[in-house]
Formats: sequence, C-alpha cells, structure tokens
Amino acid sequence: MSKLHVTTTINGEEVEFLCTPAQTVLDVLRNTLGLTGSKEGCGTGDCGACSITLDGRLVCSCLVLAPEIRGRKVGTIEGMAQGDRLHPLQQKFLEMAALQCGICTPGFLIAARSLLEQNPDPSETEVRYWLAGNLCRCTGYDKIVRAVLETAADMRGAA
Amino acid sequence: MNAIDNKWIGQRTIRPDGADKVTGRAGYSADNAMPGMIWAKILRSPHAHANIRGIDTAKAAALPGVKAVVTARDITEFPVDTPVMLGIQDMRWMSRNVMAREKALFHGHPVAAVAAISEEIAAEACRLIEVEYEVLPHVIEIEDAIRPDAPLLHDFLRHEGKPSNIASTMVNKLGDIEAGFASADVIIERSFKTRPVHQGYIEPQACTVSCTADGKVTIWSSSQGQFMVRAMTALLTGIPQSSIRAIPAEIGGGFGAKTVIYLEPIAVLLSRKSGRPVKMVMSRDEVFRATGPTSGSMSTVKIGAKKDGTIVAAQGTFHIQAGCLPGGPVRGPVGCSFAPYEIANVLSVGYDVVSNRSKVTAYRAPGAPLGAYATETVIDELAETLGIDPLELRLKNSAGKGTKAAYGAVFGDVTFKETIQAIRNHPHYAAPLDRAPAKGVRRGRGVASGFWYNAGGESSAQLNITEDGNVTVTTGHPDVGGSRASIANVAAELLGIDHSRVSVLIGDTSSIGFSNLTGGSRVTFASAMVVTQSAEKVITQLRERAAKIWKIEPEAVAWSDGEARPAGANAGQFPPLTLKELAAKANEMGGPIGAGVQLTTTGADPGFATHVVDVEVDEELGIIRVLRYTAAQDVGRALHPDYVEGQIQGGVVQGIGWALSEEYLYDKQGRLDNASFLDYRMPVCSDVPMIEPVVLELPNPKHPQGVRGAGEAPLVPPLAAISNAVYDALGKRFYSLPMSPPKVMEVLGG
Amino acid sequence: MTAEMTMTDIRFLAPETLDDAISAYAAAQGAARILAGGTDLLVQMRNGVARPGVIIDIKGIGELTDIAEGADGSFTLGAAVSGAVLGEHPRFGTVWPGVLEAINLIGSTQVQGRASAGGNLCNASPAGDSVPAMVAAGAVVTVQGPKGRRQLAVEAFPAGPGRTNLAPGEIVVSFTLPPRPPGSGDAYLRMIPRTEMDIAVVGVGVNLTLADGVVTAARVGLGAVAPTVLLVADAGRALVGSRLEDAAVDAAAAACRAACNPIDDKRGTIAYRVRAAGVLLRRSVAIAAERAGRN
Repeated sequence: MSKLHVTTTINGEEVEFLCTPAQTVLDVLRNTLGLTGSKEGCGTGDCGACSITLDGRLVCSCLVLAPEIRGRKVGTIEGMAQGDRLHPLQQKFLEMAALQCGICTPGFLIAARSLLEQNPDPSETEVRYWLAGNLCRCTGYDKIVRAVLETAADMRGAA
Repeated sequence: MNAIDNKWIGQRTIRPDGADKVTGRAGYSADNAMPGMIWAKILRSPHAHANIRGIDTAKAAALPGVKAVVTARDITEFPVDTPVMLGIQDMRWMSRNVMAREKALFHGHPVAAVAAISEEIAAEACRLIEVEYEVLPHVIEIEDAIRPDAPLLHDFLRHEGKPSNIASTMVNKLGDIEAGFASADVIIERSFKTRPVHQGYIEPQACTVSCTADGKVTIWSSSQGQFMVRAMTALLTGIPQSSIRAIPAEIGGGFGAKTVIYLEPIAVLLSRKSGRPVKMVMSRDEVFRATGPTSGSMSTVKIGAKKDGTIVAAQGTFHIQAGCLPGGPVRGPVGCSFAPYEIANVLSVGYDVVSNRSKVTAYRAPGAPLGAYATETVIDELAETLGIDPLELRLKNSAGKGTKAAYGAVFGDVTFKETIQAIRNHPHYAAPLDRAPAKGVRRGRGVASGFWYNAGGESSAQLNITEDGNVTVTTGHPDVGGSRASIANVAAELLGIDHSRVSVLIGDTSSIGFSNLTGGSRVTFASAMVVTQSAEKVITQLRERAAKIWKIEPEAVAWSDGEARPAGANAGQFPPLTLKELAAKANEMGGPIGAGVQLTTTGADPGFATHVVDVEVDEELGIIRVLRYTAAQDVGRALHPDYVEGQIQGGVVQGIGWALSEEYLYDKQGRLDNASFLDYRMPVCSDVPMIEPVVLELPNPKHPQGVRGAGEAPLVPPLAAISNAVYDALGKRFYSLPMSPPKVMEVLGG
Repeated sequence: MTAEMTMTDIRFLAPETLDDAISAYAAAQGAARILAGGTDLLVQMRNGVARPGVIIDIKGIGELTDIAEGADGSFTLGAAVSGAVLGEHPRFGTVWPGVLEAINLIGSTQVQGRASAGGNLCNASPAGDSVPAMVAAGAVVTVQGPKGRRQLAVEAFPAGPGRTNLAPGEIVVSFTLPPRPPGSGDAYLRMIPRTEMDIAVVGVGVNLTLADGVVTAARVGLGAVAPTVLLVADAGRALVGSRLEDAAVDAAAAACRAACNPIDDKRGTIAYRVRAAGVLLRRSVAIAAERAGRN
C-alpha cells in the first residue's frame, strides 16, 4: 500500500511528509523529519518526554497518529526559542540547573509553557500536578518546579 | 584552596551543554542516523528458564528486507571455568547476558537478533525464528532459590561443595562477634526484605553502529563509559580495541545501569554481516524486562549495645539477588552497613544469589541502600529501647579518625559526625509536628544515615589553549549530571579567565586517553584532579613563554588573573602578557600550548549522609506521603553547588520510590508483570515535596579542590529514614519494602 | 491481520459524518478500530494487542465532539470530547463536578488533551475512571450502528474486562446526563498508590439529591472491584431517606464492600480493594453531600 501524504504546520512552517497510517507523530518527527528534540522514553504516554502541542494543546506525540496532524499546527521543542532568543523557561532552566541528564527537558519545557499559557500564576501544587505526566529521574523535580514558578513570576512582572 | 577567594569554583555557572539540552539539539543515543542505516530487533525468550535445543533462523533470513541474523554462536564464547574480568564485570557472564547461550535464563533473555531495512520487517523476522526450548522449572525469589530443592540455574555453581544458586560469599570480620554480643546489655535482631527496583532512566538503551569492510567499527551510544563500551564490544566480538571508536552520545540517565552493555556487540556483528550501519533502540518494555534492575534482598541484622548506647557488636547476613548470572552488589551491604559506626566486633556476610530474573546492574551506591535499610532500622529500634535520641545514639557511635572499618579501611578525617550534627541542628529536626492532623491521618518523623566508599581510578584530560587564547578541555568521562559544568569552573578558576572562555567536551575513545566509568561518585573527584594537573602544566608553559619573551627566568614569572606577570625582583618591569597575547605568539615562541594528564587517581575519601523526613499516613487507605525531607551530606567541595544539590535531591526521590512504590512483580510463569512506567510506579512530580539539601563542605585533604564525591550517598539513607518515620507515625514497624498501601493495611490489621 | 501483513497495510479514514463513519466501520467487518483520543488504541497497537486493518478517526464529526446543555438542564456530551475540552466548558463542571473530576483523572495533562469519556467506556476496563461517575450520574449512552440508533444505561454497556455490549458495527455517539434537581451533588474518588499517573485500584462515584437534609435520590457507581464497573443499587437504597447519619453511610459502605468481586493483581489485593471500597464510599458521600448543600 502506498503511503499517506500529509501536509501540516510544524513550528510555524508548512511541512509535508509521507507516513504509514499507523505511524505516530513522534516517529515521523524523529525518523522522517529529523526533529529529534522530542524524545521517546516509553512510547505509551507515561513519561511525557515526547510532549508537543497540537493546535496549542499539550499532548504526547507518541499517542497521536501521523495522519491526524494533517492541516493542524504542531509545536515542538525545536520551535520554542525565537531565533537566537531562548524562551524564558529555557533560560530559567539553564540558570536554575533544572536539568541534569536533560533527556526529559524538552518535554518538561513544552508542558510548562502550556501551563503558563493557561495559568500565569500557578501554585506549587498546580505546577506539580500539571507536570505529573513528565517523568524525571535525575532531579527529584525540585529545581524544575522552582524554575517554572520563577519563570511565571518573571513573566507576570514583565507583562 | 580558599573558598572565599574563588571566582568560579563554587559558582552556579551555566552548564556548557545547557543550551543544546533546552533546545532539543543535544544528541542522545537514539538521536543519531547514519547513511544507509538499517534497523535491528532482538528476539527474546518467552520462558523464564529453558534449555535452548536449537535455533532455526532460515525463515527469518529469507524474509525480503532482512540483511543479517545473529545468535550466540556469533558472540565470543568464554568458558565458564575461567574468569575474564573487566573491572567488576566478568565477561563469562556478560557474554551470556547479551545473548543466551546454553540456556534462556529469564523471560526477555535475548536469543537472536535480526537487522532489516525497517523496524517492522526486523520485528516480523524475529517472529519467524524457530527456537526449540526445553522449558525448565524456574525460581524467582531469594528464599526459593536458596532452598535445597530449588531449581538450579547453573551446574557449575557450588556453595559449600554442593550445587547451589549461591554464586559466592563475602565476609567482613572485625574483633570477636560472640564476645561482643556477650558483653551487650541490649540485643536487637530483625530480618528485612526488599524488592528489586529499576534505575528508571528515561532514555532507553540504543546505539548506531557502523562496521566497514576493513573491519573498522564506529559506535554511537550513550553509556557511563565509552571505554567500557569499546572494551566489552572488543571482547565479545573479537575485534581489537584499536579498530573500535566508541563515541559517547549524551546520556539520558544511567544511575549505574549504563556501566554495562546490551546492544553494541550485537549491532556490531549485524553491521559486519550486513555491510550496513545498524541502529538498535530498546523499547521501555525491553528496558524493564532485560536491563538492570538492582537487587532485591533478604537481610538479617543483629546489633548489641551497652545501656549507655555504646554499640559493642553488629552482625549482618545479606542475601543479594544477582539476577540470572553471578555478580550482585554484595560488597555494598557487607561493607557499607556498619561502616558509619565505630564497632569493635563486626561480622558481615553476604551471599550472591542467582535466580531467573534479568541480571542486575549497579544502581547508585550499589547494594548499600539494602544494608542501610536493615541496619538503620535496627539502630532506630535500639535508640527507642535505650531511650536515647536516634541522632545522639548515632553520634555516640559514629566513626571518626582512626576508626577501623570491618571492610578493612582505617579512616582518616571522616565527617560522619558533622552530617548528624547538621541534621540535629537543622530547624526541620526541631520543628513541631502535628501528629494527628485529622481523623485517620497520622504523621511521623524519622532519621537515618548512610555511607559510601567513593572512588578514584583512571582518568584522562587534555587542556589546550586555542590560537585565539581561549581554552578547550577534553575529558574521557560521560557527563551524567553536570560534571562538565564543574570542570569548566575548575579550569576557569585555575587559569584565571572568564568562565565563558572555557569549553568542555567529552572525548571519544580515539581522542582521549583511557578513562574509567562515570560511577561510584568518582567522576568529579577524578576528572577535577587530572584537569587541575593539566592546567598546572599549561600554566607552567605559559610562564615559560612569558619568561622567554621577557628574557627572565620562568621562576620570576607569576600567573595571575589570566595573565603572566613579572614577579619578585622583576615585578612591574614589563607589562603583563595575557593568555590571548601568549597564544598569539605561540608559534614563534615554541609551538602550540596544551597539556594532557593520564592518571590513576587516588585519595578518595568516604561520603556520609544523614537524612530526616516527615511522612503522613492515611490510616484508612494505607497511603504514605512524604511531607518534608532534609538531607545533609558532606561532599568535600561543591565545585558547582547546583549539580551537587541536584544529586542529593534526585537520589532522595529515587529513595522515596524505592521505599514506597517501586518494585518488580512477577507472575506465576516467572514473567515480569509490570514492565511499564505506568505499573512500575516511579515518583511523579506531584508525589514529592521540595527536597532540602544541606551541603557540607569539609574538604578532602587528598584532593586539589577538596572533592569527596556526591552521587551515591543520597540514595543510602532514605529507605530506613522513611521506614522509621512511618513507625513514628503508626507505632508499627515495617520490615519489607515497598511500603505499598495493601502492605500498610495488612500491618495495621485492617 | 495476518502475520505476513505489516503496519503499512492499515487504512486511515477520517469521515466527516456519522453515517460515513458507520458505513466504513460496518464495511470493515470487525477489522476496524475507532480512533477518538487514541490513548488506549495506540498503546494497544504498539503492544501488538490491537492490529486494526482500518483506523476510523471520528474527531471530525460534529455530534461526537459537541457539548450541549439542553433547555431542561440535561447535558449531551459527544463521545470523543477530550477531558481538557470538557474541563474548559463554562457550565459542565459546575453542574457535574464529580463526573468532570473523574474524566479529568484519566492520565496526565498530555493524555487529557486527547482522552475521551467515550474511549474510556469502550476500553471497557473495570478501572476506567469516568465510568463509575457516569453510572452514578445516571448517564445514558447513545450508540448508532447499521441498524440505527439506541440508548442504554452506562452500567449496561460493559460486558466484561475489555468487552462491551455494542452490537457489531455500532459506535458510541454521546452521553446524556439527566437534568439536575436542586440540592444535587456528585463526587468521584479513586484510590491509587501515587498521586497521579496510575490506574484506579478502587473508584467510587456518588450522586446525591437532598431535600431539607434528607436524601431523596442516590446512585453509587463502583469501579475496579469486579469484571465490570457496577451500579451498587443497595448502597443507593441505604442512603435514600436518610440524613446521611453514620448508620446509613455505614450501610452504604457495607453494600459497596458486599458488591465487590475483585481479583488479586499487581495493582491491589482482594482484601485491600474491598476495604478501600467502603472507605471511598464514605469520603465520596461526604463530598457529594457538601456539594448538594450548595446547590
């Protein structure tokens, strides 16, 4: 059977690719489009390392089929910085050492950005529950939660 | 080195690899592709224990798109009677773990592998491989494996002259244990069980490998040691190390588990057979089923003390799961359990027990948490029995300078006392605790301590001055948690230049000298030492260059704030020469500037930690939550405090998972029943509070910056600290982990 | 799907009308799987449990993605509405906070962006979080197939673990939740060992209506303790007519325990589940009653 042709928008740019009907978005991002910033930690939606936004909504790219993104808007870690300017969350993660090995970091950043878009002033508890689908085994979450809370405060101050 | 004068050491600088990691550009194991690359998959045993009578790969090989098939026949065979050691790993067992040879020893044991033009075809080909198994009775738990009538995994293992699943015995002895107990006023003896837990790194094992027609091999994979990857692959494939270049990808967590290999030799053999680059990526299911975990354990600890709290005798018996092949971390509980204490009479015995589980690998302070769980719980009971504060009891018996440990060391300036005092003096320990905040809710507080040896070992570094007067540092150690950031601080400090002018890279096996594994809390210790010596050599060169330019003696040149200055009698006679200026004149004044150091580092000093934790128990549902956690540890010197704190915070949360929710569960057929993040239950963000690290910096006098090490000790105390806190809350003791809700309700008599 | 077939033999369809979806589904004769949020289906495909020949994405069909509040106060909820979208509805969560909480407990924030109550019901796990709350709410599920449309009570939908009472060719269209009399409140609680990212060990949904402090209607749904989610009628009866005195609530808790027919598995023991069912009933009743008092 021939493959499906899909046209979509990834990080603001129109992208075309061929996929099989059962391929996941994560597979296409990583192995077809070379966007390896989204990571596969489990492939079953339990770790959040493959987090992307789909029409602005946070999802696991391992749980979305590639044909589903036809005509839609996908946001990945590769599109988080604006040119050479890091997103405030990216900058804060660096400054506050909110990463150790870094494999979960793209997923946490995408998920945290999605939180702050919805809730610019989250409590620690709200941050922790929002990010409960993102596993980190290195940091114990402490510095990640602090970085998200501080970024939120900074962004509120700047707004 | 005086901390106050430091400009970079101890500063919270931005890590050199940070920007790549927050933008998704860092290249991890599975992020690589090679031109013409094909994909490989592994066929795994569906049985926990079976003789392999035959493997027919003909149908798989004939499937269109299949390029190569390998079985154990393709891998170097090491006879079972001759050890072939690589560090602590024995290649007899490594070879059999990578691919089942005579027998499949656990559900998930690799039996064959296929490379094909797509993952789907490779998987399909695996299903076409016909394996003739003779299924054998299996054994999973330690207590079953050591029964006289247990199914035996290996006919070559003997214990006390008889065939056995006990692969080896380790004994540490001090004084006269019987006389010690005879002199005790109080003796407490308890038995404990723990389940295997997985290291739980988020990055599954993966590799991309190319073997060319001339026999040259390139391996791209993440590990805790690219030289380990090279050496093990060489041994298992018969290819000389000089023909293998192992490139260290960014590593997505290891915690000890990536100190061994699973895929690389298989991928090399498939690449050699197929003439194509080969990529392999494990699924999470495969990671849980067939890598790690660390051991489950069965322990008995007996401690005797005088009425005044003086511990006079301690005895430990530790049965440690090895998994399906010998090599469990017996040294951890046997050596570490009693090491924090000055005890005249000690007998600590460990047994390495095989069963039909995946072969265990290291996990932070390998084995030590198992021993500390038992010992620190018994000490808690002892403190209660004697009516002494548990921290005071530990202080009274704490090891100090000159203490002889049962494992053989005579301690120098060890700093256990200071960690106890740090917790005793911390506001957390004195904070009021509402013990019954609501009906059916109880709170409690617990403490525990822990010990880890720390380590030195082989390390290499190269420090070069670039033509434009900046600095590159290359080391041979994969960076698992920020070691590059620490090294950048050290190099900037010693050279007296801005941190941004230093770049730190991890070399591949062909571009830097041999460097041992990243593990055992050794990397910052060892690499800071070789980088310091490299920097000192470079500074000597720089002073010589300046002396030559000024036509004075090198001894009359000082290096300060990134520039050469005339000193002594010549002070002020010449304008200083900056690093940039000296670099610009390098060619005419003697050539490129740089130095490398390769060294077996020594002088590692033990690490100690003491923790306090508050828990809350829902008495109706048996759910335990950690409310507050404070962890004190002496790290010697925190070259980069953020990443030291991160080691402590991360280690503690791993301990929380170990104590409360993580475990390997098997069904009656010996198949792992919870091989997913969903059912394995590692702590998620909402499960835990902030973790407060108390970083003590009591410099190790044998290290140029005073480093001791940080990564292992944080995982040693949490199991007992949490268990002791739960006792404090409920008045009932737990002797097995995890303290899952059904188990809590059983203990509560619900 | 035969062993020789590969993933590339699968067809992907995204119909825009319910009729098209039903024809395609029927035409596939059992080889098709409906894709709503996909949070169960994709995991099953990855594990090899599901090997569909046709995947039918229903999220382009209006009726399956709408949330409508009727003039009578009833709610109709499209089967493919994601938890995140439902959570953003201005009214649903104030009228049915327990049902919303239950749906929002399915998986992580990421999973909430996709997972639906329809999918949760069709997955037919006894531990599905939305189902006990829907049962307690008295929700009715509308299904449609080649032979037309029918409605059945949510508790009549599951047939066993992983099995439903859908006829061949039928798909779930929507849920209808009845109008709320004044003095009504609902709640759902589940027991999991962690705080998130777990499958319910026990789940209890409670829906109460009170008048002058007396319970006039009560329904209790119980999950993860039997092959299917249960409506515990005895628990409801124990509460009706009471003022939620200890004796009445204890009787309802006892009814929940008696209704349990659980298994020992990796997620919990029989003894534990039975005990927890009673505990969660009492706690859910308290929350539902507090909410009822506010309405």
